[in-house]
Amino acid sequence: MAASELPEDGEPVAKLPPEELIWLTPNEWTIHYWEAAARHQLVVPRCVVCGTYRFPPSPFCYVCQNQEVEWVEQPGRGTVYSYTVAWHPLLPDVRGSVPYIPVVVELPDTGGVRLVGDMVDVRPSEVHIGMEVELVWRDVREGVSVPTFRPARNGQ
Amino acid sequence: MRDRTSVGHDPAMSQPDAAALAAVNDLTLKDKAAVVGIGSTPYYRRGQSVPQTPLELAGKATLAALEDAGLTIRDVDGLALYSFGLGGDTSLFAQVMGIPEVRFTAMLTGGGGGAAGSVGLAASAVATGQATCVVSLMTLQQAVNRFGTSFAPRTQSGGQYAAAATPESNFIQPSGLMGPGQMFAVLTMRHMHLYGTTRDHLAEVAISTRANAIRRPTSLMREPLTRDDYFGARMISEPLCLYDFCLETDGAVAVITTTAERAKDLRQPPVYVMGTANGGMGRWGQAITWMNMPDEYFVSSGHRPVAQRAYAMAGIQPSDVDVALLYDHFSPMVLMQLEDYGFCGIGESGPFVADGNIRWPGGTTPVNTHGGNLSEAYIIGMTHVREAVEQLRGTAVNQVVDAEIALATGGPASIPTSATIFRRP
Repeated sequence: MAASELPEDGEPVAKLPPEELIWLTPNEWTIHYWEAAARHQLVVPRCVVCGTYRFPPSPFCYVCQNQEVEWVEQPGRGTVYSYTVAWHPLLPDVRGSVPYIPVVVELPDTGGVRLVGDMVDVRPSEVHIGMEVELVWRDVREGVSVPTFRPARNGQ
Repeated sequence: MRDRTSVGHDPAMSQPDAAALAAVNDLTLKDKAAVVGIGSTPYYRRGQSVPQTPLELAGKATLAALEDAGLTIRDVDGLALYSFGLGGDTSLFAQVMGIPEVRFTAMLTGGGGGAAGSVGLAASAVATGQATCVVSLMTLQQAVNRFGTSFAPRTQSGGQYAAAATPESNFIQPSGLMGPGQMFAVLTMRHMHLYGTTRDHLAEVAISTRANAIRRPTSLMREPLTRDDYFGARMISEPLCLYDFCLETDGAVAVITTTAERAKDLRQPPVYVMGTANGGMGRWGQAITWMNMPDEYFVSSGHRPVAQRAYAMAGIQPSDVDVALLYDHFSPMVLMQLEDYGFCGIGESGPFVADGNIRWPGGTTPVNTHGGNLSEAYIIGMTHVREAVEQLRGTAVNQVVDAEIALATGGPASIPTSATIFRRP
């Protein structure tokens, strides 16, 4: 976002943590999620026996202990469950990336599955718990996309 | 707002079945073991314990604790630890220190919540005859590496305590959540949302803890902390500012536990292990590093079931606790422990501290009379055990008058969190 778009009070727009810190190490149970993410699809595993969603993807249903899942595509809308605004860089690597806004987003109709990502297209003071948000995939590099969220646009 | 609720009566928390709790009472550890020695190195600012090695710090604290008890290394036959507890492991420690025979060595799993529980583990060992004199130990040296970034991806600047990416952490690390303080800030933000908790409430924890620290010669922070200081400090991870974070320090603290019987004849008055518990709800799990804990206790310290079991073993109520040494890596987690240990209702900790209840002297429940992790030193919670023992011996710097029962906790953290309740003779 260009400096000219800063509001008069100087509050910055949220940035993102640097791509260099993002490395995926999927296993047999998480690879399907990340492959779908690379295609900009959000899928969440659901137990084929009892219907419980589980997240992150894992080898057992925590309710009935069965293993088999079906991957259910989600529309990528949710509500802000909680968040923080990272103003201080904890590592030298993120000095140029603050403030960034890690956010926990609850997906509707999944039994409370929560994704963790970052807010984009927003200023820190605008974020609040309960805010409706929509997923925007962040393309980090070839084959690697991670979730970010922006305020939901009305009517979509 | 939820209804005011006391520990053990939270309808949102599934209960251990009655038979299991009855079994706890029948097979109780209560009063079967006692802490008879405590020792520590000086506390140092991060990195300033160099050139001593971590093993050296551990050994010095252990020898000091044995001296305090009137025992020697030749009496030691067990080690009860938790993650990161030693400068080396048991094998190296025994070899270097000259322990004649190791009859018990065990470690609580986890990463932050186990210091208080490791003394419970020691009590288990001596009460069941597996060992007679057990060392619990915490050593920390952050010369190169910093716990404050312990969930950062392992890059050059992340250091050794940084976490290698795992299939599970892949779902958190890309967000830039890389330090426990940022993660607990997420819980704090929701506590504020649900209950109206404010930064003034967090400030009261930081300021009251500092007021205790400034009287204590061992403290690294000995200047008063004012409200202006607090609100003028840089924001680290909203809503937590610099003074909501604990110190980054080095040092070691050791605790010697033996049987109640043997404790009678040693140098110090015994401090009995009255109740102890570790663990947590299974779906608390990895807690801040997964953020999918059930809604009923997402905004908590994770301690509710541990508190319930520790109180049940001790046979006491929260109101019986004379001094509460609550693990304070971040100020809001003191608030949530006040709730989970039943000193106030769920969601009521903000007004509770605002009313002066955790102040020493004069509060209904003096908290962290030693200055805590926030202002004395951060040795991952073992300083809280040390303070419990000093309070019950009557030798504390900020002595609670006639203190009979002290609570020390470890964590909020992933499973396990832990608690040990001590009493004087």
